[in-house]
Amino acid sequence: MTVIVDIQNLRKSYADGFEALKGVTLQINKGEIFALLGPNGAGKTTLISVICGISNLTSGTVTVDGFDIIRDFRAARSIIGLVPQDVTLEPFGRVKNTVRFSRGLFGQTANEAHVEIILRKLSLWDKRDNQCNQLSGGMKRRTLIAKALSHEPKVLFLDEPTAGVDVELRRDMWQTVAELKATGVTIILTTHYIEEAEAMADRVGVIAQGKMLLVEEKHKLMQQLGQKQVEIQLDQQITRIPDGLSDYSLELGMDGYTLVYTYDSRGHRTGITKLLNDVASSGLVLRDLKTRQSSLEDIFVGLVEKAEQRGNV
Amino acid sequence: MNKIAIGTIYRSEILRFLRTLTQSFLSPVLSAMLYFIVFGAAIGPRVQEIGGVSYGQFIVPGIIMLTVMTQSISNAAFGIFFPKFTRTTYELLSAPVDFFEIMCGYVGAAATKSLSIGLVILVAANFFVDLQIEYPIIMVLLLVLTCICFALFGFIIGIWANNFEQLQVIPLMLVTPLVFLGGSFYSLKDLPPVWQTITLFNPVSYLISGFRWTFFGQADVPVVYSLLALGIFSLGCIIMIWWIFRTGWRLRT
Ligand SMILES: Nc1ncnc2c1ncn2[C@@H]1O[C@H](COP(=O)(O)OP(=O)(O)O)[C@@H](O)[C@H]1O
Ligand SMILES: [Mg+2]
Repeated sequence: MTVIVDIQNLRKSYADGFEALKGVTLQINKGEIFALLGPNGAGKTTLISVICGISNLTSGTVTVDGFDIIRDFRAARSIIGLVPQDVTLEPFGRVKNTVRFSRGLFGQTANEAHVEIILRKLSLWDKRDNQCNQLSGGMKRRTLIAKALSHEPKVLFLDEPTAGVDVELRRDMWQTVAELKATGVTIILTTHYIEEAEAMADRVGVIAQGKMLLVEEKHKLMQQLGQKQVEIQLDQQITRIPDGLSDYSLELGMDGYTLVYTYDSRGHRTGITKLLNDVASSGLVLRDLKTRQSSLEDIFVGLVEKAEQRGNV
Repeated sequence: MNKIAIGTIYRSEILRFLRTLTQSFLSPVLSAMLYFIVFGAAIGPRVQEIGGVSYGQFIVPGIIMLTVMTQSISNAAFGIFFPKFTRTTYELLSAPVDFFEIMCGYVGAAATKSLSIGLVILVAANFFVDLQIEYPIIMVLLLVLTCICFALFGFIIGIWANNFEQLQVIPLMLVTPLVFLGGSFYSLKDLPPVWQTITLFNPVSYLISGFRWTFFGQADVPVVYSLLALGIFSLGCIIMIWWIFRTGWRLRT
């Protein structure tokens, strides 16, 4: 595997002194889809902005295809396409013109055939002569993608490509991304939706508070994220877990009325049926059952805690 | 150097100019016409000749200068302020271009616009007064350099401005007075001595005087000073723009 984006110990402090990136080290492999997953304010946009030249870095280095983003900024930027998080388009510019503009700005000679292919692929061909302010939200976002693709980049950054986009369009977007990957483009996208990372990414990096908490193959991470809990409420108070249930690594609630069972919802068997049987045969009476899925916030908290325990933070 | 990028920015700016032809072209030309009518045709005949030149003729170079200076500034300032306002500067900043390409594109387009306005006014002036131009080549040179120089300055204002009010304030509070008091409508020699001395500190007066010289062959100050003032001021602006893009001042976070 070849590394195409190499980020080494990147730090970024804004003018007000706030440190948004606290020493990020990360390698993106050529041809992969990398999802940068993190809550709002984690530093995802900041990381992309620094790589693309929109923000100044404070320290550290970044190379893209071997080119340093500062020393060889022309070579580095030539191969990068950027779709920003906010939908920002010149309101009165026409779709086709704005895509041509992007291509020219990146130093590529006009290529109408290429522009047409992109606009057709993104279902914008019918709107090519419309002004950008006449487009729907989804079309605007696709126009931004068309602009980013106009100069045939090798690396594409998509900053929250589906934020505020409805379900159907979101699926279209996933499809588009998959097609781009098939053409050999390396894609780095940010999201705070787990399903999105799950649907698209080959690898996932979790970022919070300016630090990379982990980088993992998607399927491994999804196992961790797939944990669910069932909370069994009992009719009587108990002080210890009955011996018949010792195989389940249950947790007893503080009040003595609840048992908590953690299981993998994606596992072949959850073991719930058997557990409930065993609970009954150990003489306990159920009053109620609740299942709980860890929210993204829980997972981040969990990851941060784990990282702290390992002494990474 | 990314020549294609320069051409791309330049073309898109000219297109924007053509889209808004009424405000951007007709209104400055119309204002100049009003000056010709009010000062040239109505008041002019009552004013005595200045060095053998009728007042109507005398004000033509001043009005052209007044127009191209203010137009160059506002065109260039708006040209770079607009992407800031619509938050599309991300594209300029992430493109493989340096300050030089961005500056050439925006400043070149702004200068082209104001130059074309200046030339139209020059042609139109012939309908009001008889004009002979003593040194046409230097006249064009001075006009072109003035357009570039003031567009460079406007470009800086556009980057500096955080809102529309700031975009207007320097042209209104600084440039307009300097241009009006720089001898657009009168000869510096007609001023009381104190004001003559004060005017020497107004760089714009050198330009207007030099430009008038190319028409009538007479000037308050030698024309080399005009060229020198333009050169120094332009160089200062270019260094400033280089610094802005190097540090990212008001552009990069
Ligand atoms: N221009 C700025 N000045 C100061 N702080 C900023 C600026 N931009 C972003 N931040 C802060 O940096 C942190 C990371 O922001 P951002 O990268 O936008 O997060 P994300 O994209 O992950 O939601 C946030 O706490 C945000 O408030
Ligand atoms: Mg963001």
